[in-house]
Amino acid sequence: MIPGSAYIVGAIFGVIVATTLAGALIAVLSTRIIRSVTGLALCCIGLAGLYYFLGSPFLALMEILIYVGAVCVTIVFGVMLSEPDEPEPRAFKGRELAWGIGAVLVSAAVFWGAVRLASGWGRLSTAALAKADASDGSVRTLGISLLTTYSLPFELISLVLLVAILGALVIAHGGRSRQ
Amino acid sequence: MTVHLHAQAAAYLTVAAFLLAAGIYGLIRRRTFIGMLISGEIIFSAAALNVMTLNRFVARDPAVGQIFVLFIMGLAAAEVAIALSIIIAVYRNYRSIHSKEVSELEG
Repeated sequence: MIPGSAYIVGAIFGVIVATTLAGALIAVLSTRIIRSVTGLALCCIGLAGLYYFLGSPFLALMEILIYVGAVCVTIVFGVMLSEPDEPEPRAFKGRELAWGIGAVLVSAAVFWGAVRLASGWGRLSTAALAKADASDGSVRTLGISLLTTYSLPFELISLVLLVAILGALVIAHGGRSRQ
Repeated sequence: MTVHLHAQAAAYLTVAAFLLAAGIYGLIRRRTFIGMLISGEIIFSAAALNVMTLNRFVARDPAVGQIFVLFIMGLAAAEVAIALSIIIAVYRNYRSIHSKEVSELEG
């Protein structure tokens, strides 16, 4: 093992976490929606790195494929078909300020509570667990259990996707025929 | 020997908590439907990260966490497709997708 490799891994982990947090902040805070979509894509790339660290390269690939490749591109098409930019904030009147403070308070309370919950799990680490599976979460295991144990949810999710596609077509088309 | 940060459950759970908080802030503050949709996607991602973390550190099973997260991703994709088609239909009718202006229902 290379002597400084643990620090290199730690630095990569830090970069990935920073990417995720910065992407989420950009997605939430920017006023132009197209920048917000870019922030969502950045956040999903960071999440893919986190999944890789959690021992699932397959999920990392799927995250990039589905979120960056499909969801963000679809939202970009939605942005092109409408005018989604946030309206200009009207010079911070009282209600706007109250909503902003309320939103910050609610999200800070949620974050604080969840971190309190998370610190209870703080002693858990992979070093303390038994070295059970080095190769367990592989794509082969995943595919076998998708086609045996979880075959019913697998079929159901394909049905849900089919219904969603048809529903999206019907809804988007019905609005057009009215004009 | 110190345990590194990427081998601790609390690091991932804290990131997920931050994503949840950011998504809730966005849901409250955004005034357009697409912005709210993006915030909802961030909340979905926080839930998926939590599931994957707890599968890795607590309920060790080789496949169930990954499959659950895959289903979350599939449902999120379906949700985005439906929501965007609704948004486009609303935009055709109202010429606006700001949540303040779209405030009347017709039966």
